[in-house]
Amino acid sequence: MNDAPPLPYDLLVVGASAGGVGAVSTLLAGLGPGFPAAVAVVLHIAENRRSFLDRALAGTLRVREAADKQPLVAGEVVVAPPGYHLLVEDRTSYALSTEAPVHFCRPAVDPLFETAADVFGPRLAAALLTGANDDGAAGLRTVEAAGGLVVVQDPDTAEASMMPRAGIAACHRPHVAPLPALAAILTGRAP
Amino acid sequence: MTELPEDEVCTLLTTIRNTYHYDFTGYAQASLRRRLRTGLTKLGCPDLAALQRRITADPAAFQELLGVLTVHVSDLFRDPSYHRFLRQEVCPRLATWPSLKLWVAGCSTGEEAWSLAILLAETDLLSRSLIYATDIDPVALRQAEDGVYDIDRLPRFSQNYREAGGSGSLSDWYAAHYGRARFDDRLRRRMVFADHDLATDAVFSEVQFVSCRNVLIYFDRGLQDRAVGLFAEALCRGGVLGIGSKETLHFSSHNHAFELLSHEERVYRRR
Repeated sequence: MNDAPPLPYDLLVVGASAGGVGAVSTLLAGLGPGFPAAVAVVLHIAENRRSFLDRALAGTLRVREAADKQPLVAGEVVVAPPGYHLLVEDRTSYALSTEAPVHFCRPAVDPLFETAADVFGPRLAAALLTGANDDGAAGLRTVEAAGGLVVVQDPDTAEASMMPRAGIAACHRPHVAPLPALAAILTGRAP
Repeated sequence: MTELPEDEVCTLLTTIRNTYHYDFTGYAQASLRRRLRTGLTKLGCPDLAALQRRITADPAAFQELLGVLTVHVSDLFRDPSYHRFLRQEVCPRLATWPSLKLWVAGCSTGEEAWSLAILLAETDLLSRSLIYATDIDPVALRQAEDGVYDIDRLPRFSQNYREAGGSGSLSDWYAAHYGRARFDDRLRRRMVFADHDLATDAVFSEVQFVSCRNVLIYFDRGLQDRAVGLFAEALCRGGVLGIGSKETLHFSSHNHAFELLSHEERVYRRR
């Protein structure tokens, strides 16, 4: 898909909670094959359980569960494993951490968004989707402050609206839209 | 979010190394930077320069920062399947040695060390075992040695214990008082808590088992290699190493010193 316009970012970070598996799958499918940026996903999941998220999300893009210092590769989706925060270590690798839960969650969205903003600054996009708590809002604000592209699922179309509402409230100018339109914004097919 | 310019982080870590002899220069950046931001907030410093002045002038402030920089949060029998593997596959191997030394490296507040003590007790190995639980943070070590945990955490610990194949009841091993659970002196007698830094210290004993889980994730490849080198040196032939479920020896130059016993549980045997 080399005819696609170049993206204004190198990494897309995605956060979701309740209802998130379906929402993230839909978003990833909308990005399409040949998506030219790396994608990192935090979904709230129970600790101490094998998650199978890598399989649940598998579709047109390759999906892996993150290991220690997992390489950050364009076109590849990495999901946070249960019981670990997923962080962005540098421009070429992720990192994991067992620091305390954030908003009672480990993995949590904020640590991913904040460390990603720290490394990628304006070359970052962040998407906050359905969820029933306010994890991710602070991280989304950080991404926006660093000049990144910020998109939020329209709360009225989300299975749980609290997470997207908190994200919208935390930012100045988030793009708010239903999932298919979010994918269009993220791939540059819509403004 | 406070800006953390790379050169200022570097200067701070050098100051810490020269003044207090803790070396964080080989730590992975993402979590270290997160913790430094937490440290700024906790110590009421607006930026790294202020933090630098504060810890240089005040050793107590450095101790507080050290706690922020090192703590990670675990549970008793975190990853029950790992502990089940130890019980079923590793303890029978350990039983072939007449006496046992076991090293929990980077024990933090002690959850892993106490889990190991219980496991050894229930497989009749504890009476000939000595567990070294080491960490760089004196406050965490003191907590580890106390073996006292909030009672709120016990349901989760108990569930992990059961899933790990515990042969009795976890409550056999602690007494609950005033909202806290204190683990048993029968276990404590076989445990030694000591200051040891994987970044700067050498091997202190030959051991038959090393558990170092979710510590290497905080290190860069260079420091990981140093730590794994220490384990290779400390472990006797046939000794066993357990690391975190998302960690690997794959990138270590000491990889050849180990063979996998279980990929799923990340348990290795010293060649």
